[in-house]
Amino acid sequence: MNDLSVNLAGVRLGNPVVTASGCFGSGKEMSRFVDLQRLGAVVCKTVTLKPRLGIDPPRGAETPSGMLNAIGLQNPGVDAFVRNDLAWLADRNVKAIASIGGQSVEEYVACAEALNGAPALVAMELNLSCPNLEDRGFMFALSAERTAEVTRAVKEVASVPILPKLSPDVTNIVEIADAAAGAGADGLALINTTLGMAIDTVTFKPKLSTATGGLSGPAIKPIAVRCVFQVARALPHLPLIGMGGVRTGDDALELILAGATAVAVGTATFIDPHATEHVIQRLEEILRERNIASIDQLRGQVKIEG
Amino acid sequence: MSVATLQHEVMITGIRRCGAYKVLALAAPDMARTARPGQFVNIGLDPDTGHLLRRPFSIYRTYADEGLVEIAFDVLGPGTQWIATRPACTFLDVVGPLGTPFAEPTIDGRAVMVGGGYGASALFQLAHELRSAGRRTTLIAGAATEQRVFGIGETSDAFDEVIITTDDGSAGVRGLVTDAMTDVDGAAAVYACGPMPMLAAVAALAGSRGIACHVATEEFMACGIGVCWTCVVPVRTSDGVKMQRCCTEGPVFDGSAVEWR
Ligand SMILES: Cc1cc2nc3c(=O)[nH]c(=O)nc-3n(C[C@H](O)[C@H](O)[C@H](O)COP(=O)(O)OP(=O)(O)OC[C@H]3O[C@@H](n4cnc5c(N)ncnc54)[C@H](O)[C@@H]3O)c2cc1C
Ligand SMILES: Cc1cc2nc3c(=O)[nH]c(=O)nc-3n(C[C@H](O)[C@H](O)[C@H](O)COP(=O)(O)O)c2cc1C
Ligand code: FES
Repeated sequence: MNDLSVNLAGVRLGNPVVTASGCFGSGKEMSRFVDLQRLGAVVCKTVTLKPRLGIDPPRGAETPSGMLNAIGLQNPGVDAFVRNDLAWLADRNVKAIASIGGQSVEEYVACAEALNGAPALVAMELNLSCPNLEDRGFMFALSAERTAEVTRAVKEVASVPILPKLSPDVTNIVEIADAAAGAGADGLALINTTLGMAIDTVTFKPKLSTATGGLSGPAIKPIAVRCVFQVARALPHLPLIGMGGVRTGDDALELILAGATAVAVGTATFIDPHATEHVIQRLEEILRERNIASIDQLRGQVKIEG
Repeated sequence: MSVATLQHEVMITGIRRCGAYKVLALAAPDMARTARPGQFVNIGLDPDTGHLLRRPFSIYRTYADEGLVEIAFDVLGPGTQWIATRPACTFLDVVGPLGTPFAEPTIDGRAVMVGGGYGASALFQLAHELRSAGRRTTLIAGAATEQRVFGIGETSDAFDEVIITTDDGSAGVRGLVTDAMTDVDGAAAVYACGPMPMLAAVAALAGSRGIACHVATEEFMACGIGVCWTCVVPVRTSDGVKMQRCCTEGPVFDGSAVEWR
């Protein structure tokens, strides 16, 4: 029997495949396609303390082997999320990882408090790719100091493991990861999208209403593998959810070999609504074909000479 | 039970030319039975093209008995080029039917349908169903040129009355579809599909005459299935302006509630 289950920061997941925040809603719409109980967990779209309208369209554009998006954190607010989405997931026995965002440390803390005791919740991601209004609108994830500050404050109030989610758009991702770990992170999620831009050559207008936006999909997979690899080498005991461009089981294996404990599937769900299931099936096949007892044995097994 | 019924491997039974556009016929018995006018399908491309996202298209006609679904499309870029060159008897990965369909008129009277370019194609199935139920239909179809008025040879069979407008006067009256909407008083409802500026103008005109107006909108869509929130349209609700999903709450919206920008 090949074992796909993993231990993510003390949470037992039936398999390492989870959904990427913002790419699966809270599972309701996707339950038309996917048996949610087969997933390791559903990572929900980022919520903030108050409802947010989000930005004007156009919010997306296709790019070579990827896409750009700028949604502006549209969400119904954490209270409605707990009442409607987490309750719905709990009724179906699905493990949920919430994702919280904010524009100040206080907002993250208030969100985390609102999630205390919520049904279905097994962990929470901190989406640190949010503009910090107390720091000239710079993303929290750009600074080791700010990352540590949010992580420490949320850790104090959270009742479930916390997983700060890092941006690849930094000079040294290990420095940020180290700061988060030092401030009490139970694990990390990486990577969020990388900032990009596309211009319509007929109208001369940017393709997104905000001009710039987050790049995702296979185009960013090598960046994700590199980030997971660097962080896993520096902090080998810290559990990581790896993501960025995963479309197939072999892509997921690449992130596991680089050091990820779990793997999130994002943009691939847009291309194939059944992508998560196909990734799980292929990982099962890989273990069987190569006669490997447990997926955990593959974690961080990239062979580096010298 | 409901899992896996929305994604289909469907065979292309043929692709034909229709003026400036293509009509793609798909053997899709489930969709042919369940699709409602105004809904759309989302067609997967070959990921090896480097173009990853599905391409959304309104449903043109459904034939439940034959198990056929047709879509009409304009060849614009790599995705539509790839679809247009698929040989018959090959398979496409299609998700659908998706989205909220057109609502039926709630009062007696004829239905006025306004189509811009390929947008007119989204009105044929609706006309078919409303006429089967005994309602009169008028089509006002407009485009830049005669070639770009969708299905110009088929309109007189599909609608009770047809008015054509073109920008260059190459067919029908020279002008815009809204110029031809002089005679809509007493209509039960206006249905429109086409470019956003046209929809805004049609909705304003219908609103000024107090006629219900249903618009089928188009926005960039990454997923088509309600999870990415890229496709939103600003809509006025009792609770203020909300960003609603073109793929889920839409593509058909109440024209008087859309916050046209
Ligand atoms: C709900 C819905 C229904 C649609 N129904 C139809 C239909 O029945 N027939 C049809 O021909 N097309 C329809 N479209 C538009 C169609 O999806 C696009 O034309 C197609 O995706 C373009 O793909 P491409 O790779 O060929 O071109 P791209 O390279 O993606 O685009 C080529 C050109 O088309 C424009 N374009 C891209 N997407 C859209 C869009 N969503 N709306 C308008 N212009 C666009 C681009 O700005 C660019 O100028 C619909 C779109 C939506 C959202
Ligand atoms: C449309 C869209 C919306 C996203 N929304 C969120 C979000 O709300 N919170 C978050 O932490 N990440 C969000 N992401 C980032 C993804 O969770 C993921 O980190 C990134 O897309 C890389 O993975 P992928 O290439 O598999 O999509 C979003 C990505 C996309 C494409
Ligand atoms: S296209 Fe993804 S939510 Fe509508």
